[in-house]
Amino acid sequence: MYSKGLKPLSIATVVLMAASLALVFFYAPNDADQGFVQKIFYVHVPLAIVALCGFVAGGIMAIGYLRSGDRAWDARSYVAIHMSIIFGVAVLITGAIWAKAAWGHWWVWDEPVLVSFLVVFLLYCVYYPLRFSIEDPDRQARYSSVFAIAAGAFVPINFAAVRMAEAFTHPRVLSQTGGSMPGDMRLTFLVSIIAVTLLFVTLWKLELTGKHASMQLKRLRRRLEAEATA
Amino acid sequence: MIRTAATILRKDLAIELRTKESVPAMTLFTVTVFVLFHFGLDRDALEGSLASGALWVTLLLAAVIGVSRLFAVEREQGGIDGLLLAPVDRTALWLAKAAALFLYLCVLELVAVPAFALFLLGPDLLPALPILIPVLLAANLGLAAIGALVSALAAETRAHELIVPLLLLPLVMPLLISAASATEPLLRGDQSPEDLGRWLGLLSLYDVVFVLIAVAVFDFLLDD
Repeated sequence: MYSKGLKPLSIATVVLMAASLALVFFYAPNDADQGFVQKIFYVHVPLAIVALCGFVAGGIMAIGYLRSGDRAWDARSYVAIHMSIIFGVAVLITGAIWAKAAWGHWWVWDEPVLVSFLVVFLLYCVYYPLRFSIEDPDRQARYSSVFAIAAGAFVPINFAAVRMAEAFTHPRVLSQTGGSMPGDMRLTFLVSIIAVTLLFVTLWKLELTGKHASMQLKRLRRRLEAEATA
Repeated sequence: MIRTAATILRKDLAIELRTKESVPAMTLFTVTVFVLFHFGLDRDALEGSLASGALWVTLLLAAVIGVSRLFAVEREQGGIDGLLLAPVDRTALWLAKAAALFLYLCVLELVAVPAFALFLLGPDLLPALPILIPVLLAANLGLAAIGALVSALAAETRAHELIVPLLLLPLVMPLLISAASATEPLLRGDQSPEDLGRWLGLLSLYDVVFVLIAVAVFDFLLDD
């Protein structure tokens, strides 16, 4: 059910990932102030944007579960949050590397985007203990969905709060108007963000397919056992 | 709905008055933490950002205790089944629990803030009060809304005592940021801070958003 279209999607992902890496290394110019290290931007920022969108998407899918009661929506929401957390680890690591290179410290507190991402990440880490300490499957789906919705709404408000609290010092390669990036950088960035989005969708589908298959296997095995004993 | 909520609230307050479980524990906890801060920081008097940070972190940690005890009576004595069997709107239950938490926090602050001024605060507290009180009330409102939700969310989990702080503390981070930033100039002796409106605005936005979310999703919790 989820495996449909997985193959073309994976091929598209691989092609675009390769294209974006090629663009990053051979096409995009070195940044005037930060030099070569600034290229981590093409990995870090798309990962961060996709992870945050994944968190919010998990909340929206959770609304789908609460409205329809269809457990497939809960599985989608769970896998979206799960993938976003994995992407989130990568965001924090690449962010720390970039911070070390740009400012000389692995962690910088007066950097609103990094700090708000950490808070969001810490909150979502609680999703696992919450989800897996509830045994009843229906209740598990319901409680996880409630968490996903509340946390999804928390993401933007947290960003607003942290941004207000800190001085505005992020290396704003993409300025607020979005107009300061030269054309070749912008093209590379766009390709990277599409590639990372595809990567997320592919992994999400793959994980769902795997979960679905193992559930089906369990069901079949149970039926087989019932028949053998009968 | 308001009447049902008021009835549940009355029941909760009656239990709290007789058992004296949550509020005294929260109060004792805050005073102990103030003493911890005194030794941990090795300072006799705090002011400015250090003071407002110590005050708010302590209040939030005390709120964690209140939140984790919020459904305790129902869970331990099985009263939750009675509440759920009764034809009561879940939103009324949330409202009652949030109101109870709000009142607990207000009572706690009646003791904790003067105690803080006595033990740790350098500048005089009195001139700061006209602004500090609205900030405290707005923060209590947000804490009550999100606390009642978190408490219900964690009530059915196995590791309940573990989930509550893990869930509540990141969720109240924006509240801590705005409340502590709004309080910071007051505790430095600056009685007319310019950023106050901005922080109070953020605090009220937080309150509104989480009250709405809690009302929207609470129906799905605690039903069986």
